[in-house]
Amino acid sequence: MNQPSQESHSASSGTTEIRCDVLVIGGGPAGCWAALEAAGAGAKVVLVDKGYCGSSGATASAGTQIWYVPPDTDEREAAMASREAMGGYLSERSWMVPVLDKTYESVNRLADWGYPFPVDDKGAQQRISVQGPEYMRLMRRKVKNAGITILDHHPATQLLTDGRAVVGATGLRRQQGGQWTVLAGAVVLATGGCAFMSKALGCDVLTGDGYLMGAEAGAELSGMEFSSAYAISPAFASITKTALYRFAQFYRRDHSLIEGAGSARGRSIIARVLLTEPVYARLDLAETEEVKAILRRAQPNFFVPFDRRGLDPFIEFFEVKLRLEGTVRGTGGLRLTGLDCATTVPGLYAAGDSATREPICGGFTGGGSHNAAWAISTGAFAGASAAAFAHSSATGSGVSASRPPFTHTENAVDPQAIIKAVQDEVFPLDVNYFRTHAALSDALDRLDRLWDSISSATIADESQALQLRQAQAMTATARFMYRAALSRTETRGMHRREDFPKQDPAQHHRLIVSGLYTITVRRETIDPGVYREAAE
Amino acid sequence: MIEVLDTDTCTDCNLCVQVCPTNVFEAMPEGPPLIMRQTSCQTCFMCEVYCPVDALYVDPDAEAVHGLTVESVREGKLFGSYRKAIGWHKETRHRRHIDDHFRIPQ
Ligand SMILES: Cc1cc2nc3c(=O)[nH]c(=O)nc-3n(C[C@H](O)[C@H](O)[C@H](O)COP(=O)(O)OP(=O)(O)OC[C@H]3O[C@@H](n4cnc5c(N)ncnc54)[C@H](O)[C@@H]3O)c2cc1C
Ligand code: SF4
Ligand code: SF4
Repeated sequence: MNQPSQESHSASSGTTEIRCDVLVIGGGPAGCWAALEAAGAGAKVVLVDKGYCGSSGATASAGTQIWYVPPDTDEREAAMASREAMGGYLSERSWMVPVLDKTYESVNRLADWGYPFPVDDKGAQQRISVQGPEYMRLMRRKVKNAGITILDHHPATQLLTDGRAVVGATGLRRQQGGQWTVLAGAVVLATGGCAFMSKALGCDVLTGDGYLMGAEAGAELSGMEFSSAYAISPAFASITKTALYRFAQFYRRDHSLIEGAGSARGRSIIARVLLTEPVYARLDLAETEEVKAILRRAQPNFFVPFDRRGLDPFIEFFEVKLRLEGTVRGTGGLRLTGLDCATTVPGLYAAGDSATREPICGGFTGGGSHNAAWAISTGAFAGASAAAFAHSSATGSGVSASRPPFTHTENAVDPQAIIKAVQDEVFPLDVNYFRTHAALSDALDRLDRLWDSISSATIADESQALQLRQAQAMTATARFMYRAALSRTETRGMHRREDFPKQDPAQHHRLIVSGLYTITVRRETIDPGVYREAAE
Repeated sequence: MIEVLDTDTCTDCNLCVQVCPTNVFEAMPEGPPLIMRQTSCQTCFMCEVYCPVDALYVDPDAEAVHGLTVESVREGKLFGSYRKAIGWHKETRHRRHIDDHFRIPQ
């Protein structure tokens, strides 16, 4: 079997040390597919998760619709064309084709493994969506059965390098106490996006850790300006499932209709009204009992809050809010140098929300499908490449951490206060949703100062180590976002500049950020062969 | 937020300690786990669907504690309701196949 060699695991010394070929950090769909692919290529694989592989991350509790398109020429053409304009023409068909192929193949494997896809009236399975708990329970089982070592509640805190390449990572044993170290021939970052602990469904574990660890090791990020994804949720609940709001209308307190407000196209109208007064919704466009039953069967989790409050969302008004999902349903992340999902640092690969999704959807994802397909396909690509890289490289000499471990002192910072300070900069709609130079630069100034005061901060005791690391990652992520947002002086994809409301053909490029103490921005042009903006 | 752990029905299996993504529960040397870090709860309902005996209840409010009790949740017949809805209860297995996304009118 492909069992990694466990060199030592000791409760008394409080450390775990393992050597393997591929370390996968994060056990959502991207991490699971990466681990399976690497193990399939013969690599010894270890997968670590901050929470629990199977229940942790956005997919496990939310569930997703998937960009599952049969290999029919017309259907594929329509699927690829559908989002190019919304994404601001920053996507590339040279990526879409392999992502669609790999997703199709992988979802069919799910069916072979017994995922209970629903069956239509003609008896054919319908594979366009998955229920989160069911999907991720199956993925965990597959990962376990492939002989992969899963370490739950083992958050990674930093990457290890040998001066040339990334050769592993260290982190915390959150439940037993102490630390772990995994030395690996290659590392896949699959830590998801960053939703700034907004309590969006399943997202509080997604604090941008992969962005920070990657940037520390020298990796670049791309598309961080596309990070203003806000999801509709009932004001009293965490359920940020938005698809069914297609059947909702939105109202003011006096129950007068807000014209043009909607889940997809009209979300900015909701945001605009929310700046000054509360907004209410009612799913009154679902008129027949038949449609209501379909919606209930499609998304059981959407109805949990209503059923628990004894509220009928089809006939009663309920207050809604917009919860920040940041890069989880935005598109920014670590920059990939090619279809092998390599970052700019040797030995370091990225998949899923850890990586920028611009290649398939440009500057906009919002309502579903692309992200799930991206997690599946880039997971597989990154897993295969990491296994190949590990196979060809010799590791193990002169390993060092990219930053010093946590130290404990008397004048320690309070991680909770840092998190609150970052949230105050990224949650407000009039800063992050409706962006202006003035508000962004004020916020960035404060975030830069915050970073300076916490980047080498100390904590009172070990129990706060993870919180501090998450606070640092959120601060870094917010700085990448606003640095990029200031540089894009136009409106494109989800990035909306109030002071530059038009798309500017001269800015048809990606923005690449790197560095931590000083963040630099550069432009990357996109294959002109797919640039259709001028033609429209 | 997680509000209630019914210590009468809990089997001390500690599954909730394992599956909670934000490490809200704490295993005890003996007896049921404790809801140790309630404010870390992200209101994802995962512990509820994994608890084999429906001993947990998560209120949908992610921001405030409502002080619910075992009795009030029992009265509302709310224990296990989400697990039943997704077909993870032995009496509702057929529901695992009911995903009607493909039937949603476009
Ligand atoms: C409410 C909601 C609905 C959505 N609906 C759709 C949809 O319909 N269609 C669609 O395509 N997309 C949808 N998305 C987006 C989709 O869920 C994500 O794109 C997808 O989950 C990304 O997969 P991932 O594996 O990259 O990250 P995740 O599924 O978020 O998993 C990341 C994992 O990394 C772990 N982790 C984080 N930090 C660390 C660390 N430091 N060390 C170790 N482990 C770590 C986490 O615990 C987690 O298990 C939705 C998102 C939300 C929030
Ligand atoms: S999962 Fe349920 S039965 Fe098991 S310890 Fe937790 S509350 Fe008790
Ligand atoms: S609802 Fe989610 S975060 Fe809260 S206790 Fe249960 S599993 Fe943990």
